[in-house]
Amino acid sequence: MALSTQLHVVTGKGGTGKTTVAAALAMALAGQGKKVLLCEVEGRQGIAQLFDVPPLPYEERKVAVGLGGGEVFALAIDPEAALLEYLAMYYRLGRAGKALDKFGIIDFATTIAPGVRDVLLTGKVYEAARRRDGNRFSYDAVIMDAPPTGRITRFLNVNSEVAGLAKVGPIRRQADSIMQMMRSPQTHVHLVTVLEEMPVQETIDGIAELTSERLPVGHVVLNLVRPSVLSVATREALAAGSLKASTVATSLGGAGLATAAAPALLAGGDAHLERQRLQDGQRAILEDCGRPLVELPLLGDGIDLGALFELAELLTDLEAR
Amino acid sequence: MTGRAHTSPSAKKGRTSPRGGTGGSLVTDLDVDALLDDRTTEIIVCCGSGGVGKTTTAAALALRAAEKGRTVCVLTIDPARRLAQSMGLTELDNTPRPVKGAAVDGGGSLDAMMLDMKRTFDEVVEQHATPEKAAQILANPFYVALSSSFAGTQEYMAMEKLGQLHATGTWDLIVVDTPPSRSALDFLDAPDRLSSMLDGRFIKLLLAPAKGPARLISAGFGIVTSALNKILGAQVLTDMQTFIAAFDTLFGGFRQRAEGTYALLQADGTAFLVVAAPEPAAMREASYFVERLAGERMPLAGLVVNRVHENGADSIDAVDAESAAHKLAAGGAGDVATAELLTIHADRMRVAAREQRLKKRFSAAHPGVPTASVAALAGDVHDLDGLRLIGDLLAGAAGERPNG
Repeated sequence: MALSTQLHVVTGKGGTGKTTVAAALAMALAGQGKKVLLCEVEGRQGIAQLFDVPPLPYEERKVAVGLGGGEVFALAIDPEAALLEYLAMYYRLGRAGKALDKFGIIDFATTIAPGVRDVLLTGKVYEAARRRDGNRFSYDAVIMDAPPTGRITRFLNVNSEVAGLAKVGPIRRQADSIMQMMRSPQTHVHLVTVLEEMPVQETIDGIAELTSERLPVGHVVLNLVRPSVLSVATREALAAGSLKASTVATSLGGAGLATAAAPALLAGGDAHLERQRLQDGQRAILEDCGRPLVELPLLGDGIDLGALFELAELLTDLEAR
Repeated sequence: MTGRAHTSPSAKKGRTSPRGGTGGSLVTDLDVDALLDDRTTEIIVCCGSGGVGKTTTAAALALRAAEKGRTVCVLTIDPARRLAQSMGLTELDNTPRPVKGAAVDGGGSLDAMMLDMKRTFDEVVEQHATPEKAAQILANPFYVALSSSFAGTQEYMAMEKLGQLHATGTWDLIVVDTPPSRSALDFLDAPDRLSSMLDGRFIKLLLAPAKGPARLISAGFGIVTSALNKILGAQVLTDMQTFIAAFDTLFGGFRQRAEGTYALLQADGTAFLVVAAPEPAAMREASYFVERLAGERMPLAGLVVNRVHENGADSIDAVDAESAAHKLAAGGAGDVATAELLTIHADRMRVAAREQRLKKRFSAAHPGVPTASVAALAGDVHDLDGLRLIGDLLAGAAGERPNG
């Protein structure tokens, strides 16, 4: 029974795995028995790839079932289809809608006219989040696999720019309602990052930008975190340079392996240690960002449905603020 | 649809080398030095999805070319702060500035600039309109929104700036980084879009009231105008008409310039490099870029795969390493340490194998697209030495491969 629909916006620098995190979050919520809509807005068909289903049409399709009876529906939002749907729904344009298409206005609006694309994408998400079946909401949660961190504030804020252009009229009213939803306590903008300098810096900049536009920041998701394999003793020995290639070679020989590999193994250990240090340094920076952190490990075998279940376990309380 | 059509121009220019790939006969190596040394290479465009190291690749190529004696300008979109600082890009003034610290005793030079999209747009308007008209356009709310904050403008402006820099003739090589989105290839559509829009009935419709007696008005026009009024409201429609009317004279110039840039990109002197990381999503995007470039008949020079994991001790395979690690874990201090190193090694072997598979799959789908692999470094690159190392790795000229 959906009393209100939560909107989770998942952003992150390219390559940090925001689609995976969005999908895992959908699985986590479905695992709690919720009905979830997972939307993608960049035409990449990343969701279909993750759930191993054919490319998604502009239509809400069930892609997974959660353990607690919840369901995950997925939708690839196409701006052109969204515009035609919008015109039909709100203006009952009928013949005029076709005329708009014939005059090249649909194409103009979705490809050239500034910002219309983003207005349509956020507008469709708004529509899904406000849709009702009888007296309750259709979805418990809508999750958006959103544009990257560098663009997210502009994207979520596009309707306030529209409000600046259109002082009155239906477009203005729609833009105002969307901004109201974006800034409501039901919305959570989560930022996905990896523990590297550039994405961490972008995350911190992103939090500042979102906050200054009064867009509610949720969790910072530290993705692809490499677990430390080294024990304290080995770490110290490597750092001090006291672990000798000859020692490693002896052990390798004892295990029946090529002793010549010892220097390369040591170099591999040094690099691992160096990466752990960099990772710890970046984690320490984020600990001061003022937002709750959640950490997801790098899964060695890549991402499939099983991996999504595994990550979902770690994302169960992202609604806490 | 395949990359095959694009290997011929590259091959003609001697940009591929028979160095022999590590991953079997399918992979052709991209000869980065031949590309940079070739004086007919005037423009290198680095494109690819976000987070794969495009900016670093562009900067490393530019530095390497400058240190080989070429007069180079690198145009970046949004560099990481410390990388930007290391290149002297502290202010965003839309003018290329010399990069201090580049070893250019060979007669070359390196300038760098960071794109200011709004400023580039403003300059175009100021150059092509009368002062009064320019002022009118710059103040229009539609123009302000279009030029400063909306997606898509950055792509167009990056190409506009490229055209301008090239036209000055100051540099014999310009390396361009593209915006971090799939729409990075939107600039390829610009000329077509502008043409279809300008010749379109929609613009005529919008201009009709502003141009006096609406002779063109037909039944269809009536429906459309009233629909637009209903949706947008009269005020928005008026602002839009004012904007289009003011821009009308400029549009022709824009189309011409967009067509000129498109032709420049298709020319022999241009080389596109698709940049990727060895992960399924990034390689899928790389395929999309390669196909898209082929579809537009843009000269693809090759694929750069960044952050590839290589292994120095491949005499021990992952399974042997793991079973030995298991046995050694119960031993003395040296054995335990070795066991841990073997675990790290096994992980890396698995990662390396998975990356190899991805690269092979790409080569099978796009046979003959020359590829360069850059080994993963442990840390981020934020100084010229780091860029030099990346340059060496790109050119396959690094002595000791870093085991990062």
